[in-house]
Amino acid sequence: MKDSNFIIELSHISKSFGDKQVLDDVSLYVKKGEFVTILGPSGCGKTTLLRILAGFGTADEGEIKIGGADITEVPPHERPVNTVFQRYALFPHLNVYDNIAFGLKLKKVKQDEIDVRVRKALKMVGMTDYEWRDVNSLSGGQQQRVAIARAIINRPQVLLLDEPLAALDLKMRKDMQMELKDMHRTLGITFVYVTHDQEEALTLSDTIVVMSEGRVQQIGTPTDIYNEPVNSFVADFIGESNILNGVMVRDKVVKFMGREVDCVDKGFGENMPVDVVIRPEDVYIMPPTDSGMFEGVVQSCIFKGVHYEMTVLTPDGYEIMIQDYNAFEVGQSVSMIIKPSDIHVMKKERVCNCFEGKMIDSTHVEMLGASFVCSEQPNVEGGETVEVEVDFDKVELMDNKEDGITVGDVRFILYKGDHYHLTVRTEDGENIYVDTHDVWDDRDIVGVRIMPEDIKIKRING
Amino acid sequence: MKKFFAQTYLWLLLAMLYAPILIIAIFSFTEAKVLGNWTGFSTKLYTSLFTGGVHHSLLGAIENTLIIALVAATISTLLGSVAAIGIFNLRNRQKMIMNTLNNLPMLNPDIITGISLFLLFVSFGITQGYTTVILAHVTFCTPYVVLCVMPRLQQMNPNIYEAALDLGATPFQALRKVLIPEIKSGMISGFILAFTLSIDDFAVTIFTIGTEGLETLSTYIYADARKGGLTPELRPLSTIIFMTVLLLLIVINIRSERANKTKKA
Amino acid sequence: MKWLAKIFTKRSNWSLPYLIFLLLFVVLPLVLIFIYAFQDNDGNFTLDNFSKFISNPEAANTFVYSIGVAIITTLLCILLGYPAAYILSNRDLCRSRVMVVLFILPMWINILVRTLATVALFDFIRVPLGEGALIFGMVYNFLPFMIYPIYNTMQKMDHSYIEAAQDLGASPMKVFTKVVAPLSMPGVMSGIMMVFMPTISTFAIAELLTMNNIKLFGTTIQENINNGMWNYGAALSLIMLVIIFATNLFSDEDEDRASNEGGII
Repeated sequence: MKDSNFIIELSHISKSFGDKQVLDDVSLYVKKGEFVTILGPSGCGKTTLLRILAGFGTADEGEIKIGGADITEVPPHERPVNTVFQRYALFPHLNVYDNIAFGLKLKKVKQDEIDVRVRKALKMVGMTDYEWRDVNSLSGGQQQRVAIARAIINRPQVLLLDEPLAALDLKMRKDMQMELKDMHRTLGITFVYVTHDQEEALTLSDTIVVMSEGRVQQIGTPTDIYNEPVNSFVADFIGESNILNGVMVRDKVVKFMGREVDCVDKGFGENMPVDVVIRPEDVYIMPPTDSGMFEGVVQSCIFKGVHYEMTVLTPDGYEIMIQDYNAFEVGQSVSMIIKPSDIHVMKKERVCNCFEGKMIDSTHVEMLGASFVCSEQPNVEGGETVEVEVDFDKVELMDNKEDGITVGDVRFILYKGDHYHLTVRTEDGENIYVDTHDVWDDRDIVGVRIMPEDIKIKRING
Repeated sequence: MKKFFAQTYLWLLLAMLYAPILIIAIFSFTEAKVLGNWTGFSTKLYTSLFTGGVHHSLLGAIENTLIIALVAATISTLLGSVAAIGIFNLRNRQKMIMNTLNNLPMLNPDIITGISLFLLFVSFGITQGYTTVILAHVTFCTPYVVLCVMPRLQQMNPNIYEAALDLGATPFQALRKVLIPEIKSGMISGFILAFTLSIDDFAVTIFTIGTEGLETLSTYIYADARKGGLTPELRPLSTIIFMTVLLLLIVINIRSERANKTKKA
Repeated sequence: MKWLAKIFTKRSNWSLPYLIFLLLFVVLPLVLIFIYAFQDNDGNFTLDNFSKFISNPEAANTFVYSIGVAIITTLLCILLGYPAAYILSNRDLCRSRVMVVLFILPMWINILVRTLATVALFDFIRVPLGEGALIFGMVYNFLPFMIYPIYNTMQKMDHSYIEAAQDLGASPMKVFTKVVAPLSMPGVMSGIMMVFMPTISTFAIAELLTMNNIKLFGTTIQENINNGMWNYGAALSLIMLVIIFATNLFSDEDEDRASNEGGII
């Protein structure tokens, strides 16, 4: 039995544009009256998901229910949802009143009732007496208020907001955030809010859905998401963090930056490779002392208004970002302490690249849409499907895409204290993960090369 | 100094371009049968142009021209606007194909358009007359309407149509209440353009007008000129056409200027 | 009716009526030219129409002569039009938009009226009608079509390119040869298309300007069609289409190169 508390039930939604998969088996259940934020970088599929919910796009697969009724095939104008668009989408040929009354007029609501409700909606968004203004003469913030009024006047079961504050300046955005939160409380309508601004998501939401590459990464309350990120993507995307390679020595002891340290996590198994996440504000920095856990030298120190942001280089070559109210001079030696409860240990999503390949002959394997030379494989026939493993640090990236065996573009960059962990999307849509000391930029087009001896081939049946 | 030369050059060029038109305009105010003879100021040619009488066929040709232009421009505007909305919403490859097809009639020389349509009509045994001329005119006018409407669609906030649907409008209501008001100015420009193109056309018309005695202004002038003499009434007519076109162009220019200004505001 | 409504809910399908129209009235007629060109009067496949063209010195000569006239007209139009477009788009030399409208205006006047006006002008100043009149008439008719596209490209040209060149120490002459000229090449190319194509395909105009003494290729095609020689006329049209297609390819390639060069600069 499905819980009838859910007002929105999105089950197993998938969607592709051409051969590009934008949503991959996304499921999401929203309780009545909740403020849910879908958070993710641009291109993660969050807007596509919202458009499918509103009915502007159709899902290739999956089912959508609102209030228990299946609306997968229902056209947008018959859905009990209303949308606030990023660029307002006010009708430029209508004035404020006619914009807001648009939906009610279509429903043939009586004129005097429309008058009352328009006035009420305008009051709600703090725009009383603006009825007869030309919408083109309004400021961005005012236009957005009208857009919100235009949506809520229809009393939708769900209000969808597609980055509604993205076009506003910082101060305006902060004010509007508070107003939205108040509005949500007074109206009691379910809000589904899409944004790429993690701070906005943390401020507004009851529940945050973090998305990346068309997949849901984590669903949870703002505190859960911030304090217990499930993987390095979420940790990196929400707030600032130091993400380091570590090894779980045994329960409650993790080794990273060359030291074994107490922590509170357990259940990973012994000597398991893990990712360690430490928030910059959780590192205590002090003049050198014997009780410090790590030593280091301050590399940079920038005043950020409330706190100072410093980078400290340890003798082992790790760079750690630290936020503290006290400044330390560049070049100064310092000690650092981290509380066990502030060390977040995450299971690694993967420890090496793993592809499915096809042998062409005993020294060539086809994978990632290209043919790679590998070391001589005895007993393997051409045409056989095999498993291929390549270590992260054995993949070479080159500036000149012609120099590589295959070509890809850099999709996601994670700084791991002493090296970068890159996600490179090859032309045929597969991801290859690379550890490198070189600096690359997001969306760089790179050539990918792997040496024959670094390609480890395993037969699937034996 | 540099500016002086530049201005002089422009004015000389303009003088060259306008000399023939000016001569016609000047000699439309005299009665002489042969152009070049000045027999004193008179507006007789203007009055005889409109009272008809002798040149009944000329008045008929003008009437035909206007009816054809009006009908062809109306059909082109409707067909072209709907097509523009469709093309705007197509994806990559299909959009490219439609754009190429839309460009074809504009790239084709008039004579090719005329002959190809002529062959179409005779192949399928369609009697040539009003209908065929109008169809031919719609063929070469519609691409220009598409070109006029397309920029309005591109400037439009893409969410506006969706916002209307979202607020409960059916696709047809969204079209009527939101989309059309948005692209109206492009449709008007397209209509004016189609109208002028249709009035102007000679090459396509001559191949599709048939032999039933239907005449438009262009074919009338052509037949007249081939006979050697030019009907004197054509002088005031050309002058009037010239003035009308001048007026229309100014209107279009003011419109687009105003559109630009509101866009900036 | 319901399935029809369903089709048109998807907005990209709104291009369907126009697609059908284009297929019927643009693509099919062009295919017909092709079919007719390879048929004899009885509808059998033949290459006679083409061999007739090659072996008939008059038609082939007219063809070559027409290309010659078109090339000379195009060159003269560039020579006269390029400076005009440059001046019109240069803010220091010409500030008024009215000037631009004045140059575009003749484009909108019936080509026959314009030609007749030219004939009238030549009569008035007692210049004999002939080859010179033909060339002048063509240039007069098509000059605006050269000025407008060049002006358009120059107008859209980012002024900061010029400022950057000046900043990097280029003299006014160098600014022109190294920046303005290469960047305006796409405009010149479309100007060439807009002048060359109609010049090579006009009929009637040469007739009027030379008292029917000089025949151009367009006239030959028209006469054949008028005299019922549809297959031969279609073959000649196909030859013209090939020429135009070739020019189009050539100018497209050049346009690409020009814009690439622009990028490097």
